[in-house]
Amino acid sequence: MSFPWANEYKPSHPFMQWMDDRLPLPRLVYNSVGAGYPVPRNLNYWWNFGFMALVCLIIQIVTGIILAMHFAANDTVAFDSVEHIMRDVNWGWLMRYVHANGAAAFFVVVYVHIFRGFYYGSYKAPREMVWLLGVVLFLLMMATAFMGYVLPWGQMSFWAAKVITGLFSAIPMVGEPLQQWLLGGFAPGNATLNRFFSLHYLLPFVIVGVVVLHIWALHIPGSSNPTGVPVKSESDTVPFFPYFIAKDGWTVGAFLFFLAAVTFYAPNMLGHPDNYIPANPMSTPAHIVPDWYFWPFYAILRAFTTDFFFIPAKLMGVLAMFGSILIWFLLPWLDKSPVRSASYRPLYRKFFYVLLVAMAVLFYCGGAPAEEPYVVISQIAAAYYFAHFLIILPIVSAIERPDPLPYSITEAVLGEDESAALSPAE
Amino acid sequence: MAEEAVTDAPELAAGDGVRRRDFINIAAVSVAGVGGLSTLVPLISQMSPSADVLAQSSTEVDISAIETGQAIKAVFRSQPVFIRNLTPAEITEANEVAVASLRDPQTLAERTLKSKENWLITMAVCTHLGCVPLGAGEGESRGEFGGYFCPCHGSHYDTAARIRKGPAPLNLEVPDYEFVSDTVVKIG
Repeated sequence: MSFPWANEYKPSHPFMQWMDDRLPLPRLVYNSVGAGYPVPRNLNYWWNFGFMALVCLIIQIVTGIILAMHFAANDTVAFDSVEHIMRDVNWGWLMRYVHANGAAAFFVVVYVHIFRGFYYGSYKAPREMVWLLGVVLFLLMMATAFMGYVLPWGQMSFWAAKVITGLFSAIPMVGEPLQQWLLGGFAPGNATLNRFFSLHYLLPFVIVGVVVLHIWALHIPGSSNPTGVPVKSESDTVPFFPYFIAKDGWTVGAFLFFLAAVTFYAPNMLGHPDNYIPANPMSTPAHIVPDWYFWPFYAILRAFTTDFFFIPAKLMGVLAMFGSILIWFLLPWLDKSPVRSASYRPLYRKFFYVLLVAMAVLFYCGGAPAEEPYVVISQIAAAYYFAHFLIILPIVSAIERPDPLPYSITEAVLGEDESAALSPAE
Repeated sequence: MAEEAVTDAPELAAGDGVRRRDFINIAAVSVAGVGGLSTLVPLISQMSPSADVLAQSSTEVDISAIETGQAIKAVFRSQPVFIRNLTPAEITEANEVAVASLRDPQTLAERTLKSKENWLITMAVCTHLGCVPLGAGEGESRGEFGGYFCPCHGSHYDTAARIRKGPAPLNLEVPDYEFVSDTVVKIG
């Protein structure tokens, strides 16, 4: 679907006309990311992060395929093959540093993209499916990132594999056999490394597939916008090409500047020195933490230290950690306010910022050692995190009195001036 | 009315609208379904521990060099095992704990072999998420209860390697083992 005033694809070159009659792929591109896709004219910079995430995915796939040409997924040589990439392969160091820091950058971009959704109510009808697919993408990203982290087979890799598969051992009855099945042994070994490599290569292409669905679902109602007011007329939109392609291009350039700065000047800033020690099943590193992008969820995992009625503390922590992300699936139905944008929701806006603070606290505690006071602090923050979704959101959407909404996007941009409202977008 | 009912009922019982084709459909889909599902067995089972991994199922360790109060780490199924020679004080400490108050109630006697109560042999795998706890090496933290301490998520084990504090749900696992001689123990 698109708006009736969307530009129509009219190929002028005879070959393109011939093509359009047989395989209308250029038409699809034109209508999806070209001049045939009308976009609200008032999108702010927070809307640029979806396109940046796509660029990140492409960078990860290209550098990843190159690394796979030089990497050996065998526990006796994997660590050495990574050093071979770093020291001997032409430009190997660049590929690996871009891939490792690119993964972190991907998460930065996606976190902003998700919080854009939280703030502007992007998950609300009619875009629930866009949101649900987005949560699926985030889960796939986390699985892919985890398995990629295991591949260099350093100390942090090995113990990440052990601890994360250990999460599944918390499941009653089937937990331990399940963990052995996942690892292909009693502890992480060659079988684990091999299957993680296989899946780490597969999942990015699954992500590509779900991204296509994510964009498809988005293009049914079209993009939301900072006012949350639906598009009413042609003057509310401008075509995606050239306007937003140009705007996205500029932020991609800025993003690449930061990625390059980290890659060239602080390539190990986000890594752990212990991962330059080959995997040793006999000794756990003193301070074992996942990469920073998992810290908030890791803090929730560790917040459960005592049994909860009949549920053991370990299982409770695991359930809470997975639940803290799975709860996002319910978001469209927990927040019942008909007003999308937090710009017009004074009460929700306050709680949005409190949630940001709670996430920041969890983030900090997740990276800290499992000691007091971090345990108590993460318990409080985790309790607030769940309360935000399960208690605060439903109550706020019931009692809140939203600010008056503008009549249309055009009015929000140009004011109530009559001539402004009538003037076409372009 | 009565006559109609009599003539209708046998027809339904006999035919009931079931055709030969329905039987063929159900039979074909059932066979294909069972066949399709049974291919999942090798597809899933291939990920389980392979024969060579399972073959490393027992290991023998010489414990003659372990002095009272010392502990070592051995390897069993590519996982570390603690072998610890408890001091009399540590044995007393473990026996003084009220068993009912424990998260995973077990006595030291239940976790060791008879007349070999000073030899505490447990997996060196935290029952929380599988890290190797500290406490075997010289100068390592033994936690608040003098046994082992897992640095990953802060689980404290006592001198019988029982969970006392932190997120781990169970005591350190005691593997099957036997004393081949006074100085050699066979694990597995």
